Amino acid sequence: MSAVFEQIFQVGFLAAIIRIATPLAFATLGEMFSERAGVLNLGIEGIMLLSAMAGFTAASLSGNLWLGVLVAVLVGALMGALHALFTVALGLSQHVCGIGVTLFSSGLAYFLYRLIFGQQSVPPSIDGFKPVPIPLLSDIPILGPAVFNQFTLVYLAIVAVPLAAFVLYRTPWGLSVRMVGENPRAADSAGVSVIATRFQAVILGGALMGLAGAFLTMAQFNAFTFGVVSGRGWVAIALVVFGRWDPWRSAGAALLFAFVDALQLRMQASGLGHIPYEAFLMLPFIFTIVAMAFMSRNAVAPSALLKPFRREER
Amino acid sequence: MSAPLIEMRGITKIFGAVKANEAVDLSVAPGEILGLLGENGAGKTTLMNVLFGAYAPDAGEILVEGRPVAIHNSADALAAGIGMVHQHFHLAPRLTVLENLLIGIPGKSGRIDRAGGLARLQEIGHQHGLSLDPNLPVSALSVGEQQRLEIIKALFRGAKLLILDEPTAVLAPSEVDGLFAALRSMAAQGLGIIFISHKLNEVRALTHRCVVLRHGKVAGRVDHPASTTSAEMAKLMCGHEIVPPTREASTPGAAVLTLDGISTSGHAGTPLRDVSLFVRAGEILGIAGVSGNGQRALADVISGMLPPKAGTMTIAGKTVTQFSPRELQALGLGRIPEDRMTTGLVTNLPLADSMVLPRIGTESFSRKGLLNPTAIRAFAEEQIKAYDIRCPGPMVRAGALSGGNLQKALLARELAFDPKVLIVSQPTRGLDIGAARFIHEKFLAMRAKGCGIIVIGEDLEELLMLSDRIAVMYEGRIAGTLPSADATVARLGLMMTGAVQTGEAA
Amino acid sequence: MFRLEARTSTPAWFNLALPLIAIGVTLVLCSGLIAVAGAGVIEAYGVMLSASLGDSYAITETLVRAAPMIFTGLAVAIAFRAKFWNIGAEGQLLAGAVASCFVGAIPMPGYLAMLLMALAGAAAGALVALLPATLRVKFKVDDVVSSLLLNSVIYYALMALIEGPWKDTFSGYPISPPIEDSANFPVLIEGTRLHLGVVVALIAAPLCWFLIARTTLGFRIRVTGENPEAARYGGINVQRVLLSTALLSGALAGLAGVGEVGGVHFQVMSDISPGYGYSGIVVAMLARLNPLGVVPAAIFLAAVMTGAEAMSRATGVPAFLSDVIQGTALLAMLVALLFTAYRIRRVGAQT
Repeated sequence: MSAVFEQIFQVGFLAAIIRIATPLAFATLGEMFSERAGVLNLGIEGIMLLSAMAGFTAASLSGNLWLGVLVAVLVGALMGALHALFTVALGLSQHVCGIGVTLFSSGLAYFLYRLIFGQQSVPPSIDGFKPVPIPLLSDIPILGPAVFNQFTLVYLAIVAVPLAAFVLYRTPWGLSVRMVGENPRAADSAGVSVIATRFQAVILGGALMGLAGAFLTMAQFNAFTFGVVSGRGWVAIALVVFGRWDPWRSAGAALLFAFVDALQLRMQASGLGHIPYEAFLMLPFIFTIVAMAFMSRNAVAPSALLKPFRREER
Repeated sequence: MSAPLIEMRGITKIFGAVKANEAVDLSVAPGEILGLLGENGAGKTTLMNVLFGAYAPDAGEILVEGRPVAIHNSADALAAGIGMVHQHFHLAPRLTVLENLLIGIPGKSGRIDRAGGLARLQEIGHQHGLSLDPNLPVSALSVGEQQRLEIIKALFRGAKLLILDEPTAVLAPSEVDGLFAALRSMAAQGLGIIFISHKLNEVRALTHRCVVLRHGKVAGRVDHPASTTSAEMAKLMCGHEIVPPTREASTPGAAVLTLDGISTSGHAGTPLRDVSLFVRAGEILGIAGVSGNGQRALADVISGMLPPKAGTMTIAGKTVTQFSPRELQALGLGRIPEDRMTTGLVTNLPLADSMVLPRIGTESFSRKGLLNPTAIRAFAEEQIKAYDIRCPGPMVRAGALSGGNLQKALLARELAFDPKVLIVSQPTRGLDIGAARFIHEKFLAMRAKGCGIIVIGEDLEELLMLSDRIAVMYEGRIAGTLPSADATVARLGLMMTGAVQTGEAA
Repeated sequence: MFRLEARTSTPAWFNLALPLIAIGVTLVLCSGLIAVAGAGVIEAYGVMLSASLGDSYAITETLVRAAPMIFTGLAVAIAFRAKFWNIGAEGQLLAGAVASCFVGAIPMPGYLAMLLMALAGAAAGALVALLPATLRVKFKVDDVVSSLLLNSVIYYALMALIEGPWKDTFSGYPISPPIEDSANFPVLIEGTRLHLGVVVALIAAPLCWFLIARTTLGFRIRVTGENPEAARYGGINVQRVLLSTALLSGALAGLAGVGEVGGVHFQVMSDISPGYGYSGIVVAMLARLNPLGVVPAAIFLAAVMTGAEAMSRATGVPAFLSDVIQGTALLAMLVALLFTAYRIRRVGAQT
């Protein structure tokens, strides 16, 4: 184990944590906005997959990575709108609709990918984002190369956390989001449109999930595979609970999960070869389940989570 | 007085087959306090929800300062200067006072305008003598303070007309005086106020003019409420004289249910602190108190939903403190919950299912784990007939029934097996006079058969009529118990504020 | 403007018509994708239909595929009745497959082996389902999230098994050793793959219906799902009902895995389930959580899957169309269900 500890403060390890945490941070913030407005979005897994595919395809066909990111974000927002249509406008079960959105989006992602790229033995790849060192900051020992020699999307994630906190806690729209998630009737009687606010929050959430998908196929793997998301969306939902529906804590939860994930990757690589690597892949998921068992008892979800709002009801 | 601030003309609102409001006319002048009086279900709340934009009227128009306005939602109502304090507060408990005030208010350069909000809050404090700590979370406020916040919220948005829906239901009598003083001062400064109530004495004490609704229609208008007798107004409300059922004198038997030193914790409402009481066979014990003083915990403990932390409970001498709801029922405990829709019935399943729910595992309705659908249906049909429950049949969705019929169904389910003890919470809340009367008669009949009954209620008149003794709850304790012969509304009201501890021990 | 208005009653024909309408809408919507892929819509659906239900062999193939989805559909239907959000049927299926493969590899008389495989598989599935239910009851952990995460855990555990101790040292392929020949489920019709497990699945559906509709446990499951507070007030031990439901649901999902091992693959590999656990959710919703409806719903999805492969070979439209159809069908069914409780009313403009 001492070898493991030595590796913890290596630049590569820290950089891996940051890189693993980035898509999780986007996804977790996205889910958090949605849930803060009272809408559980189980479509996250499929939305990330479809955005990852759409962004990759756009980047691959146009040769422009940022166009790919834009497409991924738009697709994510669109799927968020779809989920909002079912759960907010029609008031259908958030659980089942989320599963439906995930099944639909993943199916569509597989279908379109196969249609566009055909069946190939080696999946096509793109020339993805390159790390952009930030002058001066990247010269800080250990921290510099790990944190400040990263992809632009990583910097975006780092900025997104305080920005999300600002929007949620300091702007009138953020107050409306929190209010419709706590007591939609109060928001309604204060002249705030519950439906519109929830729609906006779920769409914003979907856009952030799209960003998470974009990172996977355009910075992390530079290719699209059917297992590219592989449960990261579900993990993000757990991280929202773990982060108590707060942007800062959620980001912290993402970093913690990324630490465990990076650790198991190291364990896979370091000498424990007789154990199949899949055994290590289980660890972050087991960790998340155990963490939820410890955290959930005191976690206070938004009061109106899962509850549809219908005006004229008697 | 000057031109009306608000005028409603010919308002009709239909829900399915029910005409909740029919051709209602009403107006309020600046500086006027209008009473809107009516029984539960007379259409008062519906009418005000139409005015506040929550419901769209099926006919009629609304004029603000003489101009017709279309009010489609609460934003329109607020813009027209109409503010409403709902019966169930529209507040987010985890947000602060200031955040609850600033919801829906545009910010300054993209941010929440805290400074502007604080200044406005202070201004309202000066003008009307209403103040609150802006940084407290709403969950830390008392019920009276939450109501004050709702009033401030309406003034904050520049309301010229304030609607208060049954504002005194959640207040102690002393707090009511404070509220009335604040309302009078607001009216003196030119605000129009609509005060909704079914309590005659309050309407007479506070309002300048009053409109009485019955079955959704205007049953009468009273121009000088202070000089009109309660009896006259009651007759307008009910359409006939009210003759309460008479409670025959009786000699109660041995105690059938006792609570000794019961305390609770971990409950959403006020916990119980060292509560001791008893009810004897053939006796009705009323539990009075301002809502939120531990009544819910008391009902939950007795029905087995909340195991107490300390103390003992017995039924007919047997200790049952940690018994589950099922075990308590088996011993002869009947219960009518406070919230029939969420606790009593399963609204999405057939009525028959709800009616046999507590006894589904017994020989009457199943054998060796297999249901007996014939027996279930027959039982439900029998009770529907016996209690005159108006419904298409036992297989109809329970949620499709009206409140009165649901309450009858619950009563039937609990009384069918001759309980020794009955615990009921708010038995007639939201029911019309006829249904309430039916339920009162059933209670008195059970009393005559030797059942010990505990009635938890907010309506003191009702408790005085039904009970042999009345215990008053205050902050989770029993503040005192009086024989109902010695009890008056005034005396009970004083005890409800915790001012005095009177009466027999326990 | 349109508004939703609560219905007081639902016409009886609605209950049968709704899934059909949802499926119809789904097929119309998905025909757009076929057109995008450059194939004829009629032709593509025609190939799907004839390849899945066109002749007796095709029908048996569809039934073989339907069997695991009948089990997972029942698992989900019963769980959702109690509002135990078991999204973990996939993991429970895999656990059932692994357990039955262990047992099936032990030499013993054939029918005993089959019985023990079923018991082991059901027990494994039940145990996996018990975990999220226990976490919910004891620690208030959201059962959706925990059962979803558990799917990944079980999947990687299975992979570790077939990449590790079970790895075929001879070929090097990540597959488990096969079960004993005597433990292979008997084939019912010569020349087809229609095995005993399919019949068991078809019998399980009415049994589950009986359980839900005619037993006190079923009554308690229904009441707990609709209103847990009223259930508790009415003397039902809600926690015990949830745990019983989880055991039952997990056992059914485990049996889906047993059937795949004993009747189809005779061993365990990484792609033993193409998402049958998730399809179970679609099946259960199309069936409106009625166990009897699970059978036709599962057969429909199985036909789509079998048909999609043939369609892909014939027209070049990717077979993943079946995944899109599943997702769309689920969403269409949800919207359709809205009309059992509400109807659309036109609200005239305000005057």
